Amino acid sequence: MDGRRPSSGEDLRRIGAKSRARGVAIILLTAIALAAIFVICLFLGSGGLSFERCIQGLMGDGSWSDNYIIQRIRIPRMLCVILVGAALSVGGMTMQSLFKNPMASPSVLGLSSGASFGASMAISYGIFGFASGYGTTIAAFIFCIGTMGLVYAVAYSKYGTSTMMLLLSGMAISAMFSGLTSLIEYLAEDATLADIVFWMMGSFNRCGWNSFYIAVVPIVLGLIMIGINTREMNIISMGEQQAKTLGVNVGRCRIMLILGTSLLVAGSVSICGVIGFVGLIVPHIFRMIAGPDHVMLMPLCMLGGAVFMLIMDTIAKTITVGELPVGILTSLLGAPFFMYILRTRRREIWS
Amino acid sequence: MDIEIKGVKFSYGSKSVLKSLSFKMESGNIVGILGQNGCGKTTLLNCINTILKPTGGCVMIDDPGGLGEMDVQRMSSKDLAQHMATVAQTNSTSFPFTVMEAVKMGRYAQTRARDASDQDMDVIYNALERVGMLDFIDRNINELSGGELRRVMIARALVQEPDVMLLDEPTLHLDINNQFDLMDLMRELVDEKKILVVIVTHDLVLAARYCDQIVLMQKGEVVSIGCCADVITPENMRDVFFVDAEVSYSEAIHGLNVFIRGKFKGRGRRDISRRPCWPPSCAPPIPAGCRTCRCRCCLPGAPPPRTGIPGPTPAPGSGPAGEPGPPR
Repeated sequence: MDGRRPSSGEDLRRIGAKSRARGVAIILLTAIALAAIFVICLFLGSGGLSFERCIQGLMGDGSWSDNYIIQRIRIPRMLCVILVGAALSVGGMTMQSLFKNPMASPSVLGLSSGASFGASMAISYGIFGFASGYGTTIAAFIFCIGTMGLVYAVAYSKYGTSTMMLLLSGMAISAMFSGLTSLIEYLAEDATLADIVFWMMGSFNRCGWNSFYIAVVPIVLGLIMIGINTREMNIISMGEQQAKTLGVNVGRCRIMLILGTSLLVAGSVSICGVIGFVGLIVPHIFRMIAGPDHVMLMPLCMLGGAVFMLIMDTIAKTITVGELPVGILTSLLGAPFFMYILRTRRREIWS
Repeated sequence: MDIEIKGVKFSYGSKSVLKSLSFKMESGNIVGILGQNGCGKTTLLNCINTILKPTGGCVMIDDPGGLGEMDVQRMSSKDLAQHMATVAQTNSTSFPFTVMEAVKMGRYAQTRARDASDQDMDVIYNALERVGMLDFIDRNINELSGGELRRVMIARALVQEPDVMLLDEPTLHLDINNQFDLMDLMRELVDEKKILVVIVTHDLVLAARYCDQIVLMQKGEVVSIGCCADVITPENMRDVFFVDAEVSYSEAIHGLNVFIRGKFKGRGRRDISRRPCWPPSCAPPIPAGCRTCRCRCCLPGAPPPRTGIPGPTPAPGSGPAGEPGPPR
């Protein structure tokens, strides 16, 4: 409003419309960026395909192997990357506002640790072996949801479940599962150990159409559950008691948000392992750009998380001859970028 | 909308905080709840707004025009928020929301739409205007002063268009000017819209000036209830706050004046400490040798104090000269 004092409700409306227009513009820009990066990344990757061969493969006019690489490897993998990027950043955003804590990320509830434990059980001891090839995925998913139930059960009391209790029980259960995972790693054979470690660093290199189908249902469901609560999330992030007196059904919202986040994390972890840092930094970056209003922030986090993940995954698969686990890159490249943002725009961050 | 407290009990674990309170508060009034620290004032407020659930008894709202008689615990938070607004004592904030966004949150219970309608915007504008925060709408709430934040929170309660407003220490953090603005605003709302305003406060003089009904609490029980002259009495001041007070109706200020003379401690009474000389003055040059009060009368060979003003250092516990009442 440029320091001008509004003189009527009409003025306020104009100011509101202006800031909303700004938010929509940022969302559109991010969406365009995502589309552009998607197209660019389609042409990048191992396999050394030239631009023409990529186009042909995309149209289905190329050789069988070119078609296969583009349609069966690159596109599904990129879709998985987009899903996971969106899921992890929205999960992080939700946890940060629910716990009113800038350090929160999708892993605070111990979900990733639970999933890691499930996955390493599957890798080492072959539980869920009947689902040939998808044992790890299914184990991770089930353990993730199970961990959420356990965290909630520990935090539950008959006077109601407090958010602080959830955080603490999440940390305790997270520590427990990390210990169990380390135990499995300690006991594991060398080859199995490598598998576990690789899974825990996160990678998309096994993601095909099937992974996409597995992840898309829980992730979309989770995004919807969080998406219908964005207005409530704004109010809850001001304090739960205040939210209640403003008319928010805090208990129901909290369950929806936590369940939604669990679905997001379970969906992502089951197809690509644990990828850290995305859920922590992407929400912060966009909160600094677009403000804390979750109605705008949530679509931005989805798009922005997808962009970030796509860039990271493309670097991971092209930077060396083999392939780096993308989890390493997100921390390695994400952290300095985050520090840069933190230093240059630190005034806007949580005061 | 009237509120009736029916035998409300509350305990935190084994510690009983409210011991079967019963009284009625009627719309069109400002009700002040007074009492020592920790006597259960805020707990009572939280039982009314359903943040806490009483361990016994119930809180009924009576809205003859609309809802009829109803137990607040049976209402959904959204229904309740359409009728009742609370301004809490402390506001912990975290995200850098703007003032506008924070105030808009107050419309949550009233509007289903995500975007505020034209009518909402008018309500928000009026509320911001009433608390005098129109210049601040783009400011980050984390960067406001305590008093500004308090006014934002009051604006947020106003946009709920409540029939009942519960204010926990509303004048805390506010300067004297804003304290009176706020209480005048409450008075206006009560007179215009016949709402019920309940304030928890420690400010006796403010309560005496603005409240139509005063509830005096001690250790979870109601000691006295009624209009201010019946409740704020020297006896009650002694029994509840352990102070030796002189309560007088002053024509000049059209209200009660409370002079605190001394304090009871154990069985004895002692004067509350005060500056040895009167009137205090810090006008330079500051006299050498005057360590405690720096006032003129401490100067060697100072002129005798002007008439009508008590001289320096009356013997403790003797003269009527005392701590002046709060400056109102």
